[in-house]
Amino acid sequence: MTDAVIHILLTLLMPPLLLGIIGKTKALFAGRVGAPILQPYYDLAKLLRKGSVFSDTTTWVFQAGPVVTLAATLTASFLIPLGEHRAPLSFSGDMVLFAYLFGLARFCTTAAALDTGSSFEGMGAAREATFACLAEPALFFSLAVLARLSGSLSLTPMLTGTVATSWLNSGASILLLGGSLFIVLLVENCRVPFDDPTTHLELTMIHEVMVLDHSGPLFGVILYGAAVKLFVLGALFTDIALPYATGITLVDWGLFIVAMLMLAIGIGVVESVMARLRIVKVPQMLAAACILAAFSLLLVLR
Amino acid sequence: MNTVADQLIVLVMLINFAALGTGRLAVAIRAVALQGVILGILPVLIHSFSWHLVAITVGLILAKGILIPSLLTGAITKARITREMEPFIGYVPTLLIGAVLTALAFAFAAKLPLAPAHQGLLFVPAAIATLLTGFLLLVTRRKAISQVIGYLVLENGIFLFGLLLTEAMPVMVEAGALLDLIVGIFVMGIIINQISREFSSIDTSRLTALKE
Amino acid sequence: MLSGLILIPLLGALAAWFIPSERGRPWVLPVVGIVHLAMTVEVLLVPPAPSPGRWLQLDPLGTLVLLSVSLLFLACAVYAVGYLNYRQERANRPLCAMLLVCLAAMTLVAISHHLGLLWVAMETTTLAMAPLIYFNRNARSIEATWKYLLICSVGIALALLGLLFLAYSTVVARMEPTLLLDPLVANASLLSPAWVKAAFVFLLVGFGTKMGLAPLHTWKPDAYGEAPGLVGALLSGGLVTCAFLGLMRVYQICTAAGGDGFYQDALVTLGLVSMATAAVFMARQADFKRMLAYSSVEHVGLLAVALGLGKGALVGALLHLVNNGLTKGVLFLTAGNIHRSYNSKRCEHVKGAMRRLPWSGGLFMAGFIAITGSPPFGPFVSEFSILSSAFVQGNSLVGGLALLLLAAIFIGMAGTVLPVVMGEPTRVEHTDYRDRFLTVAPPLALMAAVLLLGIWLPEPLRRIVAEGAQLLGGGR
Repeated sequence: MTDAVIHILLTLLMPPLLLGIIGKTKALFAGRVGAPILQPYYDLAKLLRKGSVFSDTTTWVFQAGPVVTLAATLTASFLIPLGEHRAPLSFSGDMVLFAYLFGLARFCTTAAALDTGSSFEGMGAAREATFACLAEPALFFSLAVLARLSGSLSLTPMLTGTVATSWLNSGASILLLGGSLFIVLLVENCRVPFDDPTTHLELTMIHEVMVLDHSGPLFGVILYGAAVKLFVLGALFTDIALPYATGITLVDWGLFIVAMLMLAIGIGVVESVMARLRIVKVPQMLAAACILAAFSLLLVLR
Repeated sequence: MNTVADQLIVLVMLINFAALGTGRLAVAIRAVALQGVILGILPVLIHSFSWHLVAITVGLILAKGILIPSLLTGAITKARITREMEPFIGYVPTLLIGAVLTALAFAFAAKLPLAPAHQGLLFVPAAIATLLTGFLLLVTRRKAISQVIGYLVLENGIFLFGLLLTEAMPVMVEAGALLDLIVGIFVMGIIINQISREFSSIDTSRLTALKE
Repeated sequence: MLSGLILIPLLGALAAWFIPSERGRPWVLPVVGIVHLAMTVEVLLVPPAPSPGRWLQLDPLGTLVLLSVSLLFLACAVYAVGYLNYRQERANRPLCAMLLVCLAAMTLVAISHHLGLLWVAMETTTLAMAPLIYFNRNARSIEATWKYLLICSVGIALALLGLLFLAYSTVVARMEPTLLLDPLVANASLLSPAWVKAAFVFLLVGFGTKMGLAPLHTWKPDAYGEAPGLVGALLSGGLVTCAFLGLMRVYQICTAAGGDGFYQDALVTLGLVSMATAAVFMARQADFKRMLAYSSVEHVGLLAVALGLGKGALVGALLHLVNNGLTKGVLFLTAGNIHRSYNSKRCEHVKGAMRRLPWSGGLFMAGFIAITGSPPFGPFVSEFSILSSAFVQGNSLVGGLALLLLAAIFIGMAGTVLPVVMGEPTRVEHTDYRDRFLTVAPPLALMAAVLLLGIWLPEPLRRIVAEGAQLLGGGR
């Protein structure tokens, strides 16, 4: 019970912190002081206090988009185990639901973007859909590998307990899997080198272009939803990358938080040392991620 | 020891993808060189120690890791080319075909029984996958030098399988194979030079005078 | 004695490399050729003891290949003296040396009983032939050389993998690992069948590339078209013969290992595909040297079909191996003469060769008649025995298809050859080439041999062929 409470509290409160840490890391790399680590919380509070402006051409779809997206992402967060702790919700086959909750979130975001009738946002929606098509196989191949290794179709047994032994038995495939998932993590969360979350005017951006017309609390919801998505996928990655557990509950929670913070720093480092890829290179990287995951599956199926 | 060998073989197969996916010749050459070095390390891991094995390791690393790559690098600096432009098939499709071929290699290898000593090792599927990758590079690239790289990858695949037999087979076959490899590259190198002199480019898609 | 057969050409190659005179150097070729032939005849009459370890050993199949290579080489060597006299603008040092290296390697293929050694020798012939194809040093010949080298290197590399598979099949069977032919054939039934099958696939592709079985033949028209005539003769008569020997060695092991007809079916299918490809590309072929290349594709196809049919067809296959080699010698050497005289190998320029070069034109015509399987020449006998065996075995589908393709090829080839030889001469630039003794006598002698084989098979040859067919598991 305590685990479930901690799980929910962490999921609700921690995500903006990750964004803050990524921002701080990048600032340090650039030699700046940077915004405070808690800046994303202040931003969210500010946005929630503001009023909203809606274009005449938009319908309820435009307003429903961010809400459904956040709801889907939060639901997905209940399915994923954090560290070595069981997820609050767990049943056989929940990995498919997990993947498709993100699909639903993406659908609503793109639908909301298309609802504005702006060609600029339509372009962003088209790009998002294209890249999602390529990222999804990689995610599914990865989940299939985990399912095969653990012999279960549920995320909790897949990500707790057996991963550590899998590292010893089939380290190569887990390594490939980790590489593939990291690429998926960066793509899904629109991070450099695939997309730049800090720009709004570049013709090559993907995700940000879709949410240009949102303002006020709804935009806050979008930002918060993006942070939760980063948190959930990050948790999936750290569960695989750092499967270490002591067995003492509180220490394990501490370990998980440290792992997430390390991941945030890692993403910050990647963003600092890499330039954004040309947009034609993005499908190549995604295809590479798919191949890594497929190859990993091949190794465990053998 | 065998798990380490297996991880290295996985690395060999990843290098295949790197060679398929990169457009820069220098990267491809380095990838093949690295592949050669890994091939050199492998026999020490899977067989028990002997001076013969050490000789093979040193020979492989020298030939595949240093000599041939430096020859190829020399050739690209001389011909002033850095990247493979416009392969016959794009990089993403070749990568995907490469992945499919790798899967097929695994399916094919599953039909072949292994000797008890090599049970569970990845040698056979990796060898066939590398061979097919080399073949794919050969048929999809235009530049003569990329085709030579494809040939080298193909040879690496064959050697990967040959490593299972380094103890069983006489030295003669290995030496002959290595010699032929070097001579092959040597002769190919001469011809590449001649092509670049004759056509002022080493783009083999210009070699189209002879056809039906 | 056996190693002498290899050492003599190698010494000759060294000598050719160090002789300074451009005019004197080619004479090394016929000298070595005569010595080599004499030694070949001697080992034919008095079989030599195998080398220690039995790596070098002469069996009937090897003898047959050795004999036909040696005969063909002598003819080409004599021809080379006359040919190089016309090509004094080119340095002939690499040509002479590489021809001799090639002879040594082909000899090694014929006498080696160790498959690894056989492979090394085969690879050596591939590499040694490359400078020969590049003799003319122009853009077209470099294209041909590049394609030849690349495709054949890949093929020979695949053959190596096949050999390694074969070796591994002994490891899986917990036998003493070996690539020596005799123990492999003797213990073939113990070998792991899956590995033997995989080995056969790769070896068939590898040696098939070297032979020029379709669809792996694409280098052939280019290389044969651009290489000088005598190199074409050696490629189609010598190299093809050697590669076929390699395939026969594999066949010996695979059929001894048993199987469900997979090997036979693969050979017959690939052979028929080759013949069909040749038939398609030979029709309306505008370049008579390329046409000869397709004729070579056709005949390796027929050889593969014969090997696949087995039993009675094997005698025909072995005879055809010799006949094809010698007849191709005639065709390529005379085609080289015609090419030299007209300075073109396009059919629209070359017409009425019979009037301009009565000897070369006539021999080219005779070679055409022989290679398409008309009596009374040797290929008629061998093709007839292959086809009749197909029908005797009740395999009338294969026999009928082969017969049909042979007829189509005859028509296609006649459409090219007849105008070249018999047509009305057009006005083209005159060159200083005239038929001379040195360039006409070798194809004439080869033609006489082909005719002889058609009407009378010498007893030693008959014995070798019969024993060879027995080694392959047929001959009844």
